[in-house]
Amino acid sequence: MTAIDILGLEKTYSVGFWRKKPKTALHPLHLRVEEGEIFGFLGPNGAGKTTTLKMLMGLVYPTAGSARILDMEINDPRMKAQIGFLPEQPYFYDYLTAVELLDYYGQLSGVAPKERSRKVREVLERVGLADVIRVQLRKFSKGMLQRVGIAQAILHDPRIVFFDEPMSGLDPMGRREVRDLMEQLKHEGKTVFFSTHILSDAEALCDRVAIIHLGELRSVGAVVDLTSSIEGNVELVWHGNKIPAAMNALGADCHVTGDTVRAVLLEGNQEAALEALRREQLRIISLIPVRTSLEEYFVRKLQPSKAVAGVTR
Amino acid sequence: MNGRIVYIASNTFREAVRDRVLYNLIAFALLMSGAAILVGQISIGIEHLVVVNLGLTAVSLFGVVIAIFIGIGLVSKEIDKRTLYTVLSRPVRRWEFIVGKFFGLAGTLVVNTFFMALGVFAALLYVSHHFHLSDGWVLVALYFIILQFLIITALALLFSSFSSPLLSAVFAFALFVIGTFSEDLRGFAGMTHGLTRWLATGAAYLVPNFSALNVISSVAHEQPVPGQLILSNTAYALVYASMALCGAVLIFERRNLK
Repeated sequence: MTAIDILGLEKTYSVGFWRKKPKTALHPLHLRVEEGEIFGFLGPNGAGKTTTLKMLMGLVYPTAGSARILDMEINDPRMKAQIGFLPEQPYFYDYLTAVELLDYYGQLSGVAPKERSRKVREVLERVGLADVIRVQLRKFSKGMLQRVGIAQAILHDPRIVFFDEPMSGLDPMGRREVRDLMEQLKHEGKTVFFSTHILSDAEALCDRVAIIHLGELRSVGAVVDLTSSIEGNVELVWHGNKIPAAMNALGADCHVTGDTVRAVLLEGNQEAALEALRREQLRIISLIPVRTSLEEYFVRKLQPSKAVAGVTR
Repeated sequence: MNGRIVYIASNTFREAVRDRVLYNLIAFALLMSGAAILVGQISIGIEHLVVVNLGLTAVSLFGVVIAIFIGIGLVSKEIDKRTLYTVLSRPVRRWEFIVGKFFGLAGTLVVNTFFMALGVFAALLYVSHHFHLSDGWVLVALYFIILQFLIITALALLFSSFSSPLLSAVFAFALFVIGTFSEDLRGFAGMTHGLTRWLATGAAYLVPNFSALNVISSVAHEQPVPGQLILSNTAYALVYASMALCGAVLIFERRNLK
């Protein structure tokens, strides 16, 4: 079943005080997320990730297009009872304790009074805040607020969880815990849609990712498919310390270490390089493809279109 | 009432209490005790009149200040601090949020007024040594003051739904002052002609008629309040507050929360 179906969602703001000019925050976006996926929404700051999430949450109205979540309109309260949302850098009512805040959110989400206190306790334990339940939120650190934010998003056992920069403000241990939590959510059958610009998190977690830049969708797909879709490099190692002249012409980056030479060159030039080594009667030790990281892919996708000419999309 | 409205209203009440808003009750209690002692010493024969006048005016002013300064932040603070995002991403409709906020602040003001009224009656007892039957009209004056608070709270919410807290405070306070002199505005309209008359009459009916809701002076003089005035003031305040609230909802429903 489709969890999120975005159909040409578009947002244009008017900027300026006197002579207002339109500024497009999001070009028509078409995206589909299946139920049970961990979906990463990637892009640099100002790419349009938060605008998209706000439109899906009904906080900002789209200029054009529409979206359906769990096959319901985005402002349908029945749908909202089945989703959880963690905003970027969340801030909560600081006069409340963690328990009071979650109890309030539980009430608003329609969690039955009998279940509420149990669920609040469980979720606080799950995010590692069980020992500060009576402390007012004004005394919480940024990382603790982020954990409260995650707790409120999953409190009511939603089918889809939207996280906007969930790792923001967390230390390495906290990030690890959130990654584990997202994987647990997936195992529980929930859909996780999260925005981030931390690519290692996305690479480690996501079934699929979408890359957005300047309000425009650049690509969508599984991380492996995306990274293998662009021409990668190969690492060629041979015995000796001689570097054939042809290697320079092929753009190989060569390093001599003891009696071996290691060269990194474009996959497309590998046959020519092998031929050059054979001509010089050099003994080849290994030829290994160098895997393109999501970061490498991401950087290429964000470059202006002229610079990426020749790169397979 | 809708459950979510009740939850939002209770949370608004809790916020006001924890923001130490009700601390003004201590200041008020001190003011009333001091005034009662002072009035007992300096006024001969008019202690009752002075205490009722001073007490009810103080109740009204304290409440108006609270209504404006909390009311203007009810929506804008939630947008600025982004606390609203986690509320509206739940099955809560925007109008429920506005109405819940309104009832939360109105509840705070009613509780506040109740305790301040106790202070007024304690001061009255101190200067008169016993209650008169006419002191019952003080309760009516207090009821009218609560009706004023409902209107001001709804107006503060209305302004808060589209402008900054500072401008909202200026607008709400200006309307309170103009509304207090709305009878004079109507009188002025009656004395003018042509376009000025139209404009003055329009303005007089647009601003809240707080003159009609102010019976402090007549109650201080132990004059009864007609039942018809109680009915018409109740209807007027409820209609005016509802219209302001509807305006706030209409604006907030269309607003993009950046």
